[in-house]
Amino acid sequence: MKNEFQVIADLIEKDKKVLDVGCADGTLMKFLKDNKNINIRGLEISKEKVQECIAKGLTVIEGNAEKDLKQFPDKSFDYVVLSQTLQAFLNPELVLDELLRVGKKAIVTIPNFGYWKVRFHLLFKGTMPITKTLPDEWYNTPNLHMCTIKDFFHFVKSKDIKIFKSLALNNLNSSIINESNLGVKNLFADLGIFLIEK
Amino acid sequence: MNTEKNIKTLIVKKPLKLDCGKTIKDFPIAYETYGSLNSKKDNAILVFHALTGDQFVTGINPVTNKEGWWSYAVGPDKAIDTNKYFVICSNVIGGCMGSYGPSHKDPDQKIFGTNFPVITINDMVNAQYNLLDHFGIDKLFSITGGSMGGMQVLQFISNFPDKSKTVIPIATTSSHSAQNIAFNELGRQAITADSNWKDGNYTSSDTNPGKGLAVARMAAHITYLSKKGLQEKFGRKLQEREDLKFGFDADFQIESYLRYQGSVFVDRFDANSYLYITRAMDYFDLAKQFNGNLSEAFINTNAKFFIISFTSDWLYPTQENKDIVIALNSIGADVGFVEVESDKGHDSFLLDVPDFLSALKNFLDKSYEEN
Repeated sequence: MKNEFQVIADLIEKDKKVLDVGCADGTLMKFLKDNKNINIRGLEISKEKVQECIAKGLTVIEGNAEKDLKQFPDKSFDYVVLSQTLQAFLNPELVLDELLRVGKKAIVTIPNFGYWKVRFHLLFKGTMPITKTLPDEWYNTPNLHMCTIKDFFHFVKSKDIKIFKSLALNNLNSSIINESNLGVKNLFADLGIFLIEK
Repeated sequence: MNTEKNIKTLIVKKPLKLDCGKTIKDFPIAYETYGSLNSKKDNAILVFHALTGDQFVTGINPVTNKEGWWSYAVGPDKAIDTNKYFVICSNVIGGCMGSYGPSHKDPDQKIFGTNFPVITINDMVNAQYNLLDHFGIDKLFSITGGSMGGMQVLQFISNFPDKSKTVIPIATTSSHSAQNIAFNELGRQAITADSNWKDGNYTSSDTNPGKGLAVARMAAHITYLSKKGLQEKFGRKLQEREDLKFGFDADFQIESYLRYQGSVFVDRFDANSYLYITRAMDYFDLAKQFNGNLSEAFINTNAKFFIISFTSDWLYPTQENKDIVIALNSIGADVGFVEVESDKGHDSFLLDVPDFLSALKNFLDKSYEEN
């Protein structure tokens, strides 16, 4: 399991009810179910991935987060997880609002466009950056709204969303992000993980 | 039509009050079982059949000598694995494969015909509930069925919320749409317009409204397929001829196919049963039973739901299946949903559609492991 999932799992206490939005093949769901006795649900757009989840015995709903989150009642999950997908929605702000409506808390991770390798790629090669967390070409990337850790940090603050914990992830190392080290973390982390609440 | 020798029957002694207000008692329910009930009695699956199905789910149907209607899904090592599970299916009341229906005789030994009480999906499942007592099953492992079978699944878990661990409605709806009712009415009109129907009293005169019933079946059959599926299978191919004949014979293969479907159906199905069962489907509106709030139908159950629809099913389209998912999610129920890609239309659930069969198998087997 990737390090990102381990960090997410560490943020969630045992026996909670969790919705994994864009749960893919259910790797994180399976881990949470087996190791933390989590009552876990998934929402996934790909038919193929939904089948993989069913084969793992996971409860998953085929659907689109931009349209299908609205069917869940307010605060019906302890946590709602959204891993590296926010930037791929047509309207990320709306999805973020929905995550925070449905979940008591939300865990959102974003690939950081402020990461030094991304900056160097654009600066020196002059072409759209391709990194481990951003593997696609400009013409086939699902990402519509790339942002940096700093962008996201300021965005949630401006929306009066409470940040419980924000973590910068670089390979295997995770570290706390705060107002004072934001610039540095924005340069050296390729992934940001935010535990938020509204 | 009713070859009683191969039909297992449970006589229900307990009176059953029907939605129409009438009460029936000492009535037969014809059923069949596959696999064996384990000692803990926790491996039973109750399968509900669709409009023209019967209790002979799989293997060779002893009455028609044809494959059972769900042979692709049910059997040893299949999606519903009869090596593992005990499968029970019964003919709905109003039907014509041994359960109490319009071809039965009333207490005065006169064939009911249209004097048989109008039945509902609710009546059907209340009648079938007696099978649990018969087999001494306290809680089913699963209930499943497609189309009208799915409606019975929804009604069953609503009526008996703690009687099944898992619930699998397939290609169905919680409320028959105007389009659904329209197609059923077309079928009923075809039957009643046949001069042999005689207000439903045809059995006494030994002639039956076969032509009307065949037309009803032909019209319905089109609704079970998709435009793409029909086009790919038949296109404009001609039936055993080089060119058009400039007449009204079956020039096209699709015409010949529909005529065949109509004619074989007449041999195995009773026209009055067709009227009764389509009526039951039209009357089905689960939300209405709960003042318009479908979620209320499921508020008392802890069962695990898995809902399946098909991309090319325009009779019970994905959205109608999703409405059930939405109702369940709004009360925090445990519900999974998948829309399976298939160009075989509504009939997909009866056919060899690997993604459907594997999803069904995985859901059942994984849920059973967690038992």
